Amino acid sequence: MANRFFVSPAPHMHGSLSTTRLMGDVVIALLPALMVSVRVFGWSVLAVTAVSIASCVLFEYLVQKYLVKGEVTVNNLSAVVTGLLLAMNLPANIPLWIVVIGALVAIGVAKMPFGGLGKNLFNPALAARVFLLIAYPVQMTSFPQPTLEGFTDAYSGATPLGAAKAGMVDFASFDIAGMFTGAMGGSFGEISALALLLGFVYLLMRRVISWHIPVAVLGTMALFATIFAGVRMEDSSMHLLFPLFHLLSGGALLGAIFMATDYVTSPMTTKGMIIYGVGIGAITMCIRLWGAYPEGMSFAILIMNSVVPLINKYVKPKRFGAK
Amino acid sequence: MAKTFPIGGVHPSDNKQWSKGSAIEVMELPDVVNIPLGQHIGAPATAVVKKGDKVVVGQLIAEATGFMSANIHAPISGTVTAVDLQPNGQGIRQMMITIKREDDIWDEAIDRTDTLVSECTLEPKAIIEKIKQAGIVGMGGATFPTHVKLSIPEGKKAETLIINGVECEPYLTSDYRTMLERGEQLIVGTRILMRAIGVSSAVIGIEANKPDAVKHLQSLLGSATDIKVQMLKTQYPQGGEKQLIAAVTGRQVPAPPALPIDVGAVVCNASTAVAVYEAVQKNKPLIERVVTVTGSAVTAPKNLLTRFGTPVEALIAKCGGVPEGDVKVINGGPMMGRALSNIAMPVMKGCSGITIMVGSEVMRGTESPCIKCAKCVEACPMGLEPYMLAKQARKKAWDAMEANDITSCIECGCCQFTCPANIPLLDFVRLGKQTVMGIIRARNMKK
Amino acid sequence: MNTLIFTILTLCVIGLVSAVLLYIVARVFKVEEDPRIDETEKMLPGANCGGCGFAGCRGLATALVESDDISALYCSVGGDECMGKIADYLGKAAPKKEPQTATVRCGGSCEKRPRTNTYIGATSCAVASSLYAGETGCAYGCLGYGDCVEACLFDAIKVNPVTGLAEVDADKCTACGACVKACPKGIIELRKRWPKNRAIYVSCVSKDKGAVTMKACKAGCIGCRKCEKVCEFGAITVENNLAFIDSTKCRLCRKCVGECPTGAITMIGLAPLVKKEEVKEEK
Repeated sequence: MANRFFVSPAPHMHGSLSTTRLMGDVVIALLPALMVSVRVFGWSVLAVTAVSIASCVLFEYLVQKYLVKGEVTVNNLSAVVTGLLLAMNLPANIPLWIVVIGALVAIGVAKMPFGGLGKNLFNPALAARVFLLIAYPVQMTSFPQPTLEGFTDAYSGATPLGAAKAGMVDFASFDIAGMFTGAMGGSFGEISALALLLGFVYLLMRRVISWHIPVAVLGTMALFATIFAGVRMEDSSMHLLFPLFHLLSGGALLGAIFMATDYVTSPMTTKGMIIYGVGIGAITMCIRLWGAYPEGMSFAILIMNSVVPLINKYVKPKRFGAK
Repeated sequence: MAKTFPIGGVHPSDNKQWSKGSAIEVMELPDVVNIPLGQHIGAPATAVVKKGDKVVVGQLIAEATGFMSANIHAPISGTVTAVDLQPNGQGIRQMMITIKREDDIWDEAIDRTDTLVSECTLEPKAIIEKIKQAGIVGMGGATFPTHVKLSIPEGKKAETLIINGVECEPYLTSDYRTMLERGEQLIVGTRILMRAIGVSSAVIGIEANKPDAVKHLQSLLGSATDIKVQMLKTQYPQGGEKQLIAAVTGRQVPAPPALPIDVGAVVCNASTAVAVYEAVQKNKPLIERVVTVTGSAVTAPKNLLTRFGTPVEALIAKCGGVPEGDVKVINGGPMMGRALSNIAMPVMKGCSGITIMVGSEVMRGTESPCIKCAKCVEACPMGLEPYMLAKQARKKAWDAMEANDITSCIECGCCQFTCPANIPLLDFVRLGKQTVMGIIRARNMKK
Repeated sequence: MNTLIFTILTLCVIGLVSAVLLYIVARVFKVEEDPRIDETEKMLPGANCGGCGFAGCRGLATALVESDDISALYCSVGGDECMGKIADYLGKAAPKKEPQTATVRCGGSCEKRPRTNTYIGATSCAVASSLYAGETGCAYGCLGYGDCVEACLFDAIKVNPVTGLAEVDADKCTACGACVKACPKGIIELRKRWPKNRAIYVSCVSKDKGAVTMKACKAGCIGCRKCEKVCEFGAITVENNLAFIDSTKCRLCRKCVGECPTGAITMIGLAPLVKKEEVKEEK
């Protein structure tokens, strides 16, 4: 008898999903935005990305192999995603040693001490970005000018949000179309709304994420901005322009689509996701309008990350048959 | 737009192609059969024959023990050689009646002709009594005694009868073939069931991957309006009783201990309806059923009309034998079936198919950490949180599981099917459910 | 300079106010508790294993202090010595118990009990046991997925990868009973602990008929009653095709060991019985 009989409880079939596939899809969804950045800022973008990914993977490998002395699971691509997201939250001309420090914070402080994949409370890439923002404020906020022809004279190193915060410009002069295609200053992952939306559509099509978090975040921001514009701005042309400006500028789209939807640090139920998204949107707008920083997306997501365990505990899905 | 259930669900590949084209074949009579006394939900039946007794086909050999139990009849004629413990498909020894076959002599009361008897003038009570005598249980796999289901408790009222022709379990085609080949009997059986519970309309629910079954039954029904054939979206677990009721009527059965009758629905499997026809119109007790034998490596997948007690290995042998190498033989389909450690197991009332998985299909993926992707929460058709329940079961936090509605779990396996980290969610959720149900039973006993 | 003084003063005031508040809160919400509970808890081993039936050592300490008759309360981790000390401290009669060891009553190693199938479900005895009989022909034996190992807080039980069976390290075992509760097959029993961890027990719990047991496992008890007949102390009973040696009656005379045709009676720390004369001399 050449047969070996196997026994296990049901189910005996498994779907096509795997952690590696989901992570790989996130990487694919980020590629359009990365490509736009390369075109706008040049090859330095690739250097930052490569260093970020390599150091994240290396740190995860080292921690798993020599500190935890457990199984090495870097091939599930989660460290790659963290590295890529971290890179996309940095300016293109950042010194590479700062990128390495960022990776160390992301993996060594925000992820592994909590127990590794699936156990971290805060989004590692964002925790690292905020650390860098506070530790190296100069390098983190001096954004290079887009080198693409035709856009060169645009904002002389300041982000649209930074300029708006400083009261230097009036909103009407902003090039909304440029914000779609990448003609604005900023961390290199966040400049092109179009590329990010393309990634969003891909993630939705592959059913990697659901629409709830991004829509809740962006919807809340738009609502917030509309009310603010309606109450505080006399120029009625601003009532539409102001919310649009806020949705397209800074890390709004990158944050809402890629950072807030990080599986580990977002809620498990759709109801919870909406609460979480609304929280992020509201906190982001509060920081943008009244806070000390021009951009509040990172802080908002991190603050809401800390609420997630509470949301998971108290927000239950609607049970079948419940009234 | 095909109807479907409101939340959750997954889409496994149905793999029905291997056996769906094979017409029902009659399986050769086995020489020896083992008939387990417990092959339904509820108390095992009590044997009424002893070693040395002669029996004929259709003769009562074990009597229902109380209301929640079912009669068992001799599937072959011959001599009882033992009433003893025998290993079941899971290797656990249970009471079985062993009969050695001599010829094929039937009880004279059974009408063995093919003539369709569509007229039924019996009173509802008489119909239910006949079904009870015939030992009919739900043949979709749950094996709930049918007479219990049809006895509507006082104060409740049945409004719709739903015939479950969904067969959402991948691989299996026994209900499908039954609907195609025994449609007339199915329709008469449905009308008898309607009469038994006093309703004027019935719906036959069929998944969209079986359009020919839908068409066939519709053409048989012609202009009749009492029975409607409803096509449903192909989505697992469409055939779950609660899911089917929700898909067809839009009503959701509340959490246990509520039953389908609480929303006015009675659900019977398509094969059960055919068995009801045979019992009521032909006096034929439940002694055989259609069993699908299928799998990617099975040489000749078939749908076999099999007498109960026939060893599973005999069926597999008829379909080309157990494929070489690593195999998993499953009693039922791949989503909810039970893997066998003993393929000498006899075919029982709830055995709708034998699925054989080979090679890489057999293995489970390596478990990795939960990434909290919430796919299990999204897939759960009962609106539960499998990731949390599985974690609590590992920690033996039974109280917390009860608070998180573990008793609603229907063990459909969607959570584990979809989990990208290959976590054996249902293994632990099921363990927790069994434990919590035990705790609840013990608590109710105390009261 | 002013800033400095102001800062220091502010901090001092905050500190002072907090201290006062904490003091008041501590006074108002103070729970009156017998100070002996704290002392008793300190005397207990502090393993919080739950073997005594309470959630933790404090639960047992509270019960020890509050009940007059403590004979039914016992900490098997601390043993007679620890209970004696506590009883002295509380001025009550010390509860006594024979020391015990957890014993895994299955000898169906991989070699003795051939595998008929391979289990690939969740690594948990409870899950496997609720699914089916197991990887072998025996529905009673050790599954070897280590639910007992997980339950043990004292690192005293391990699954031997060679035999596939759970094994107890008697020196580490505290007889807390956690493994006994964890084993879904009910194989583990708390038995009287002899000096040097000597033991004689039936390493089988199969209630199958002899022929069935023999087919499934070469080391199983077939219920032949030979051991029952040879035992002079009435320690062995055979019920449901299974022999059981009552560890409180057994005197380790070793007579039954040689009688067992399948070797299901396991002997630990004792030399096999050679001649009858020797036994008499020993007595």
